[in-house]
This record gives sequence, structure tokens and C-alpha cells, in this order.
Amino acid sequence: MTVKVSMTVNGKPASGEVEERTLLVSFIRDHLRLTGTHVGCDTAQCGACTIHLNGRAVKSCNMLAMQAEGADIVTIEGIAKADGTLHPMQEAFRQHHGLQCGFCTPGMVMSAIDLVKNFPNPTEDQIREQLDGNLCRCTGYHNIVKAIKAASQTMRA
Amino acid sequence: MSATTYIGAAIKRKEDYRFLTGAGNYTDDVAMPHQTYACFVRSPHAHAKIRAINKDKALKAPGVVAVFTGDDLAAAKVNGLPCGWLITDVNGQPMKEPPHPCLAQGKARYVGDHVAIVIAESVQQARDAAELVKVDYQELPAVVRAGDARKKGAPVVHDQAPDNTCYVWGLGDKAAVDKAFAGAAHLTTLEFINNRLVPNAIEPRAANASYSRADDSYTLYVANQNPHVERLLMTAFVLGLPEHKVRVVAPDVGGGFGSKIYLYAEDVVCTWASKQINRPVKWTAERSESFTSDAHGRDHVTKAELAMDKDGKFLAMRVTTTANMGAYLSTFASCIPTILYATLLAGQYTTPVIYCEVTAVFTNTAPVDAYRGAGRPEATYVVERLVETAAREMKLNPAEIRRRNFIKTFPYQTPVALLYDTGNYEATLGEALKVADVAGFPARKAEAAKRGKLRGLGFACYIEACGIAPSNVAGALGARAGLFEAGEVRVHPTGKVTVFTGSHAHGQGHETTFAQVVADRLGIPIEDVDIVHGDTSKILFGMGTYGSRSIAVGGTAIVKALDKVVAKGKKIAAHLMEAAEADIEFRDGAFVVKGTDKKKAFAEVSLAAYVPHNYPLDKLEPGLNENAFYDPANFTFPAGSHICEVEVDPDTGNVRIVNFTAIDDFGKIINPMIVEGQVHGGLTQGIGQALTEGCHYDAESGQLVTGSYLDYCLPRADDVPAFKVGTKETPCTHNPLGVKGCGEAGAIGAPAAVMNALTDALGTPDIEMPATPQRIWRACRDMKRAA
Repeated sequence: MTVKVSMTVNGKPASGEVEERTLLVSFIRDHLRLTGTHVGCDTAQCGACTIHLNGRAVKSCNMLAMQAEGADIVTIEGIAKADGTLHPMQEAFRQHHGLQCGFCTPGMVMSAIDLVKNFPNPTEDQIREQLDGNLCRCTGYHNIVKAIKAASQTMRA
Repeated sequence: MSATTYIGAAIKRKEDYRFLTGAGNYTDDVAMPHQTYACFVRSPHAHAKIRAINKDKALKAPGVVAVFTGDDLAAAKVNGLPCGWLITDVNGQPMKEPPHPCLAQGKARYVGDHVAIVIAESVQQARDAAELVKVDYQELPAVVRAGDARKKGAPVVHDQAPDNTCYVWGLGDKAAVDKAFAGAAHLTTLEFINNRLVPNAIEPRAANASYSRADDSYTLYVANQNPHVERLLMTAFVLGLPEHKVRVVAPDVGGGFGSKIYLYAEDVVCTWASKQINRPVKWTAERSESFTSDAHGRDHVTKAELAMDKDGKFLAMRVTTTANMGAYLSTFASCIPTILYATLLAGQYTTPVIYCEVTAVFTNTAPVDAYRGAGRPEATYVVERLVETAAREMKLNPAEIRRRNFIKTFPYQTPVALLYDTGNYEATLGEALKVADVAGFPARKAEAAKRGKLRGLGFACYIEACGIAPSNVAGALGARAGLFEAGEVRVHPTGKVTVFTGSHAHGQGHETTFAQVVADRLGIPIEDVDIVHGDTSKILFGMGTYGSRSIAVGGTAIVKALDKVVAKGKKIAAHLMEAAEADIEFRDGAFVVKGTDKKKAFAEVSLAAYVPHNYPLDKLEPGLNENAFYDPANFTFPAGSHICEVEVDPDTGNVRIVNFTAIDDFGKIINPMIVEGQVHGGLTQGIGQALTEGCHYDAESGQLVTGSYLDYCLPRADDVPAFKVGTKETPCTHNPLGVKGCGEAGAIGAPAAVMNALTDALGTPDIEMPATPQRIWRACRDMKRAA
């Protein structure tokens, strides 16, 4: 059985005919071909699939496409400005070498933006605690923490 | 920035924009027209006879295109997976190499062993149908632990190795070691397990293979660290295909850490199947498949002994290790606990005689191969745990016992085959002592004690051997591959440059580091340089990235090609300026006639090479495109000192790393920002091994107990501290950049440093890795009881 799903993705209407069991991440990657959102663990542990759903960071491998019916979704492809200028969080990751292989990066950036929304001036401990849902195997988190701290300043400015 | 000062600068990475905007191109992102999707049927048993496989139901399931089993591959004469290193045992006999079929034939030998492939129109349909493949298993008893494999009556994994022994191998002068032990004033002995780990790159393995009838060719996109090696092994040894008809592309790869070096069965089966069904076949591992079927790391059982005189001077070392190979020999499995382990046992010290004996065993577990560090973390753990324990037993300061034994003159020939070209171990240790404020430790320990907490300090002074070489020596030791690297510098008419490298980046930032080298050497802006890697249809035959070899071997190959470009440029410039070639020098991006102000910019010379109107065509070919293959004369030997400070809560067993200092000597550094990032990541993996990560198979059932991120604890952001890292530069003496490599150092030094700190805090001689809160709490309880 298939169902029709419709939502707003990165400011544009998006719809598709999917199997009921289709995960939101599969809809984003396979149907919309927005492949910046990654799948690292299938079990909501690694956070590589993190997107924004109605303004909140969620793991898109952990919900069905149907559950996002009518939702406003932003993926990593929708974060930079239309002219290609990076979002302050993306820029901070670049400046502070907060990424290596790049695979966890989209989810990390999406979580980090939400983190700073909730903790506008986070301490290092708060950043480390709040990153609990995102795994990175390359950076040892050191530079990710630095990047988020720096971005929290530029995002307030 | 002046174009000639790129080397040593913290240039921001060229690759970051695409990764930060979701524009990376990983294997699973590649979608082919008429794509099909594969799911592998895997053994749920650790050891079982396969009596029959019935695929009728699966074939009738919706969307199913094909189902293949081991019988299909055997009928098509598809060979098993080869092992790339032949180890010769203590009796001069070759190691046991049982067949490693791409789909199980007759028996499944570990949980996750690949038994069949189901190909369908969608991933979900393939997964549904895989559940309908009926495999009639007869379960057999299993053996999973290295220490159990050779016990009498242990289940036999392969008939070819009735005692489950792949080889017994030795290195060093056993008689001299025994003699030195007999006369020693003090002996330190430790027995421990170096815990089994799962590499866990966050991008799961993936392959997408397609076949074209138009020209009888294949294209394989694969998450892999060395596409040419993958292609050579697959075509020449397994599928018998003409090498030039197979293109292997390793596009953006989301971390490797060793686990993506190897030729895996899934890559072969997808490639083979793409011709059978004449459609592209894509497979992407689920995380649970990564846990069960990626090659694992470490898994040693070791007894280690150090003999000293009364002043703590090392006289001899004796090491006996049993190494778990898993059920089959993975691509480089055999050389990890031998060539890359025993040879490192001298560490930074002048121990005059060393003997190491390694027994490699087969068990009913996933294959074990190189994982970040690959043999060297295991060796460092042996040496540095022994040295620190010896210092405590002899009541010597841990820095002092090391200083008494440091190698101070170079080159230095170790008793375990390596020739260290250069090093300065006092420099890194001295700096680490300062940065870690070791002098202030007693006060911090006393302060912690007032709060009821236990503080401990631990050292690890490691040595690493990178860029395994030279090929002929490695060949004599059993390597079945070359160990050179290739580079090509293609100068375009306008002076812009594209460089093709056989190295492969999967997080290391080669597109930036290598571009810095090129821009610096040619004196051109870094924006004028692009680095291309990972596609056998574009690059020269290269050996890829592993063992921290890329800058030392791949970088040098590029430098050799750049030298040829400059040499040819001088000839062209001499002609253009009507000067003698000997009078031309190349500096700051221009060819200059010595002692004059006459010069030609690099781009003027390149334009002349491609528009050869005023050009010595009778003596010189047009064009400016050079390549080089570089086979190093020796390994490089990065080394450093790591100091870890921990605080333990004895009531809960929780341990916190309050300070971690790493001072490393990687030789000349091209990009300090990238180097620091490599160290941070390595340290975190090393801390993971020490404190959180342990791969566990149930000894009775052979089931993998730690098969997800819920059971296998990958370090998270709040498990690790902010690191204090720094470097000292002792340039490598045998490559033109003076570079050594930095990718694995963190993972090599950290486990010993953490465990030395933890045992110092607890006052226990040893505690098993991973030192989880439960294990620490038990140790604290036992100590209280004993007191």
C-alpha cells in the first residue's frame, strides 16, 4: 500500500507517493534526492540523519514519512543562504576544523543549531552534554565543541 | 599569504564547503538508472553446517530480481577472497590459508557470515525477501575466544587447521633473551587482554556495481580506502576479470580507520551479480551488519616480561601473544600481529634483546584486521604498561625510568628489525611534563582525596612506524603487494594545476594538505591547485591510504612529479629567455636567469608548453604533465609522549579524564590544524579502547553480544576532555618533505596512558580494558575489602 505525503522541505512544497513504512529519512534521501542527510546507524543513536522538523532537531531515521505530513522541514541543504553563504554554524565548523570525513557533519550541524537555540550561551559542559545524540568517529569532538561555542557568539551578534 | 609559505600554515580545508552543505557524494548517495538493491542473508549462527538453501519463496516475493548462493558462485568459478601477506612460521612452513568464499559454501563460520544475496527493486523488498530464503542449518559448537582456540577438544573452525592455528611466528633472539632474564636484578610481568574493537566509521560500508554490455565493462562505487588494490584483488584473484575493464571509484568516504582497506565479499558479489542481471546492484550496510561483518581490530591475549638491572636499565623483553584472526583471513590480517606488532616492541628504548612469539588462531568470529594503529597500539600497550609498572615496582619516577632507557643516538638499529632514522624522545617527554603540569600533580591528588576522589597519572611514550616500506623488503617478509605510491601533476596551459594521487582521503583532508605542498613548491596560489583521488579511471596505479602513509609516501610521490615539472619548466624557460638551462633557477613561482632580473612566470612557461610556437620542438616534447612513483627507503618513525590524568569516584566507579596531554613528533608539519584534528580523533579512539569500547562474543553461543550502539559504547562528546596537544619537529631524514605521518598516533599512545593513570589512581597492578564503571567499582570494592 502506498500513501501520498506532502510537506514543506527547505521552503518548497514536496510530495510523493510512498509505502506506509517509508522512513522520513528515506523519503528525503531517495524520493527528494536530498542526500546530505545521512544514515549511520538505523537506530536513532548516531544522529547523522538529524533534520529540523517544525523548528526542532529530530532524527529522521526514527519516524515515518507519514508522520511528517504537513510539516515544515529543513535539511542541511537548506541551511546556507540562497547565494551560497554559509550559516554561522557551518562557517564556525569550517573555521575550527569541526569536521573530517564529513559524514556525521550534516546531523552535527543541524543538532548544533538547535542546541544554540536552546542554550544561547552554552558552556563547554553543556555543549558536550547536549551533543549526546550525535556520534563522530573522526574529530574526538574537541573542535566541534569549539565551533559550537564560537557559533553561539556569532549567532547572537 | 605569499604563495611560498603554505607549508606549515593552518589553511582551512578545501573539502569543507561540500560536506557542510550536504553536497558530499558518498557511495550510498550514488543512484544509477535501473538501480536494484541487495540484501545479504547472513548466518544467525556462529558455526553451522549448511545442509540446504531453498530460495523458491524468496524468488516469488514482490520485486525480487535474483537470489544467488555459494553454489551459484562456485558454478561460475568465482574464487575466494585472498590474503595479502604470507607469514612463514617458526618451522619455516607457510601459514594456513583456508578458503574464504564470497558466499558461504557448506558451512557458516561466524554470526554475520554471508550466505546468500537477494536482489530486488527496492531495499525493503530485498530485505523482506531475504527473510524468505530458507537455510537449513545444523548448528555446531563454536569457539570465539583467542585463549580457547587451541584448547584440547575446541571446535575446529577449518579442517585445514585442526588445531585452529594459522601460524606460530617468532621474532628476535630467544636464547639471548632467556640468558638476560636469568641474570636480571628485577623482573616485571604482566598478563592482559588487548580488547577486541569494532572500527565503526560512521558511514557504513557500501557498494554500487554496474555492468555495461556495450563495452563489457564494470563500474564499482565502493566505500574503500584503496581503490586500485580493491580492483587488483577483485579482478586478478577473485573474479578473473580483465583489470582494465573494471573501474573502481571510492568517492567521498565517511571514515575508514582501516576497516575499508579490504576487499570484502559484498563488493565482489554485487559486481559479479551486476552482469548476471545486467542492472546496477547497490548494497549499503545497516549498522548491525557493520558490527557483525566489518573486519574488527586488536583481540590479543598477551604475557609480557621485562628484565632490568638494579638501576632500572632494561636488559631484555619477552612477549608471548595469541592473536585472534576470526573465522577467515581478511586482506592484511596476518601481518598485523606480526610485522606491525613485534617490530615495535623496542619502543623508544635501548632494550638490547627482545623475543616475541605470536600464535594466530582461527575462531568463530568476524575476521580481525587492521584498525587505526594496527599492531602498534598493541605493541605500545605492552611496552608502556610494562615500563610504568616496572617504575612503580622499583620505586622510580616514571619519567626517570624512561629517560634512563631512551635511545639517544640515531640511526638506531633495534633488536626487532627496524632502523629508526631519527627522533628526540627527551624533547617530547620534557614538553609533555611541562604542559601536563606533572609537578603540580601531588597537590591536585591531595585536593581530590579531600573530596573522596582518587587521582592518577599515567604516561605513554610511543613509537610508531608509518609508510610501510620498502617494497622489496616487505616482499621478502611476505607482502604480496607493492608499497609505493603514485602521483601525477597535470599543469594546464594557464598555469592552473590538477594533481592526481594514489592516496585516498576519507577525512584526512588531502585535498588541502597536498594542495599546500603543490602550491608551496610551485609558488602559485592554493586556489590554482586541485587534488583528485579515488577513481581508477583517472589516477595512476596507487596503493591508497592506511598506516599513516599518505603524506610520507603519497606526498613524496607528488613532490617527485613536481620536481620533474620544474626541471622541464627550466628547459622551456631557458629557451624563452635565451639563457643556458644551468643558469635558470625556480623561485617564488617564476623561472629566473641567475644574477639578472630576467624571469618568466610559471604560467608563462606552461602556456609556452601548450602553445609551442617559440619552443625547442627539436629537443623537447610539448606539454607539462609529469608523474612519479615513489617507493620509500624506510619507514618513518613518529613518536611522542602522552600524559593522562584521571579522577575516579570509588563509590560509583565513574572515571573522568581531567587532563590529557599529547606532545608528538611527526617531523615536518604541513597543516597544523589538520594534524591536531587527527590527534584529537586518534586519542578519542584510544580512550574508547581503554574506557568504553569492547566487542564481546558470548563464549557458549558465539553470538555477538555488542551488536549496536546501545551495547557497544562509542565515545560521545561528554566521554572525552578538551585535549592539550603540541608538536616537536624532528624531520624525517629520508623523504624530501621531512614528514612522518600523524593519523594513528593518538590511538597508539592513549590506551596505555589512560590505563597507567587508572591503575595509578586505584593502586592496582592491572584492570581489564575497557575499564567500565562496573569494573572500576569492583576493583575499588576489592581493594577496600583487602584493606
